[in-house]
Amino acid sequence: MIRDTAQAFLADVSSSSAIRNAMASEQGFETQIWQRICTEMYWQAIHIPEEYGGMGLGYVELVIMLEEMGRYLLCSPFFSTVCLGTNALIVAGTAAQKQQYLSQICQGSLTATLAYTGNNGRWDADAVQATVTTDGDHYLLNGRYRYVPDGHSAGLIIFAVRDEGSTGVDGISLFALDANTPGVKRSWLPTMDETRKQAEITLDQVCVTKADLMGEQGKAWPQLNKIIQLATVAVAAEQAGGAQQTLDLTVEYTQERVQFGRPVAGFQAVKHQAADMMLRAEVAKSAVYYAACVAEEALNGGPLANELAEAASVAKSYCSQGYFSNASDAIQLHGGVGFTWEYDVHLYFKRAKSSELFLGNSAYHRELIAQILLD
Amino acid sequence: MKISFSPEDEKFRAEVAQWLTQNLVGEFEQLKFRGGPGDEHMFPQARKKWEQKLAQDGWTCIGWPKEYGGRGCSIEQQVIFNEEYARAGAPGHVGHIGEGLAGPTLIAFGSEAQKQKYLPGIVAGTELWCQGYSEPGAGSDLANVKTKAYFDEAKGKWIISGQKVWTSLAHESDYIFVIARTNPDSIAHKGLGFFLMKMDQPGIEVRGIKQLTGTSEFNEVFFDQAECDADDIVGKPGEGWAIAMGLLGFERGVSTLGQQMQFHNELNQVIAIAKANGNDKDPIIRQRIAEAHVRLKIMRYNSMRMLSDEGDGGLKKEALIYKLYWSTWHRDLGELAMDVMGPEAEILASAPYNLTRLQAMYLFVRSDTIYGGTNEIQRNIIAERGLGMPKEPKIQMN
Repeated sequence: MIRDTAQAFLADVSSSSAIRNAMASEQGFETQIWQRICTEMYWQAIHIPEEYGGMGLGYVELVIMLEEMGRYLLCSPFFSTVCLGTNALIVAGTAAQKQQYLSQICQGSLTATLAYTGNNGRWDADAVQATVTTDGDHYLLNGRYRYVPDGHSAGLIIFAVRDEGSTGVDGISLFALDANTPGVKRSWLPTMDETRKQAEITLDQVCVTKADLMGEQGKAWPQLNKIIQLATVAVAAEQAGGAQQTLDLTVEYTQERVQFGRPVAGFQAVKHQAADMMLRAEVAKSAVYYAACVAEEALNGGPLANELAEAASVAKSYCSQGYFSNASDAIQLHGGVGFTWEYDVHLYFKRAKSSELFLGNSAYHRELIAQILLD
Repeated sequence: MKISFSPEDEKFRAEVAQWLTQNLVGEFEQLKFRGGPGDEHMFPQARKKWEQKLAQDGWTCIGWPKEYGGRGCSIEQQVIFNEEYARAGAPGHVGHIGEGLAGPTLIAFGSEAQKQKYLPGIVAGTELWCQGYSEPGAGSDLANVKTKAYFDEAKGKWIISGQKVWTSLAHESDYIFVIARTNPDSIAHKGLGFFLMKMDQPGIEVRGIKQLTGTSEFNEVFFDQAECDADDIVGKPGEGWAIAMGLLGFERGVSTLGQQMQFHNELNQVIAIAKANGNDKDPIIRQRIAEAHVRLKIMRYNSMRMLSDEGDGGLKKEALIYKLYWSTWHRDLGELAMDVMGPEAEILASAPYNLTRLQAMYLFVRSDTIYGGTNEIQRNIIAERGLGMPKEPKIQMN
């Protein structure tokens, strides 16, 4: 039901030409389409509790939406706002922050994102390099972030910082700041995958108050880790959708393309690659649907809540590989046209790589699993 | 998707686990973790006795309807039973072909007389069955069977001649179900009959096939004017293919979680070895162990999805990829096991060719990607049924 509605809407608003319009802009999405999503579909409020004006649905429903967005390559601040910003507010926000920001997100008047990775390009606790110092009743934030999804356009940014001299999981704090706070300098980073925009953000003596702090100073790693894991499940869901779409495009194209007097889909070399692609798409979905159930329990309670770290890494490690393999096979099976700018296959190929690299690639997540199993 | 079982089903799980703990003792202790795939030739008589022990308390054929001696268990309960069975290390079911294939076929397609005659022995664990499908010229092209059947009016019996191959448990079995050509002029899947035959008769000879493991779970079965009674054909002559394929429809994935429990045990052995010999610090081995774990986890999620899924027009795509997925996973595990062991992997348990459990696994998994539809046949099926791509062209050889 949710899936059917999503497909119908996305087929309408996320056509190839709409995607390309969004890609060509620095903002990375068409404001009018985002407003339709927020006001007609109300998707940005999908898992926000009803007390803040949200729909109060769960991660399972959210993951269905993300899978379809991945399939249709929707260019929007949905992922950054819902899967980074909203999750951060739900997991770590104070009552006042939730009341203020979640309500604005529900109204469609605020987009949000999370900035935690510095120049080192890591995805674990060491990623956090920006610092916080205390200055009387105020805090001073300094440092630089890269690879921040929609960081140049978001209205609210959750910043991860650490106490000076701290390392690893110690000394980490989260602040929720208006993106226009003085000292916050944001610039768009042009990217190979143009369907999701990234930004660099510099904090220069940014002076904030306790009202901006989320939770307790220096103790935020468990919350940040959970936010990252929830976002990891979300990326995997988009990847599963992309793995399915690259398969569908390939089957459709090979059925139409005639060589040697017959559709190339009839050649066993083509069929077998397509079969492997279907295997990857289905296995990716199985991983994601399970991870979604775990994420739901991690957010709202349940016996599987403590499986989140494992389920997220299982899903991300498989879906990253599965999507990339399917996208690269899709180019190969499209032949020459797969190499053109005109056909959409390369958009998926590029998105597959950028989503693989974001929040840790397969090898990174396998190492996390190895630590659970072996250390 | 369903990610856990109901409280009633969990109660059933506890009941199964308790029964196994209480009964897998004494003379049956030696059977623990034995007799599974790759080890089916071991302890056949003791495993038959175990089968009868299960039967006494109603733990055989639990998915069959009660009227035929089963328990009428739900799919979920069957899955749970198999999972607990594997967890306890209970031995490979020596009666699994009767319980999983012969019995369900008779329940679906057999006459009342056939059901009365054959089902009780399967439920009781006293009569074992084997399957006579593959032939030297009918492997992936299963419909190409050459074994012939004709009805001898004078004797009032069906007379069968030909050869079957890759028949597991043939030398232990009391009966074999056979597809054979009733119309000598027919080709492919037309003109076949489905026969129920007694193994102990002059016209049937069983020879073991020595496999690359050095052991013989599989056999050749030769039929030279072998006989069965007029009423031991299931359905009518010519319906054999439909009946044989009808079995495939019974595969609901009830054994998947049990199989995965066995995989889990094997992976744990590999992990234990890596920790003991220090290879758990090797970054590449770490990646490969994690990859095996990731894919085994998802195998379980995929099975849970199969259980939850109503199917889209009867087609469950996650079920269609399952054989290709698990067989490839298991093959990779064999290679990982060898690499984790290092040079020690080469050393046999003893001469002349007694393999360790992991060596046997490593070698036997080469058959996983071949039997029950090779990986190549699986990919054809996935592409054609799952993706609607063109069927392989039929080439007439003249």
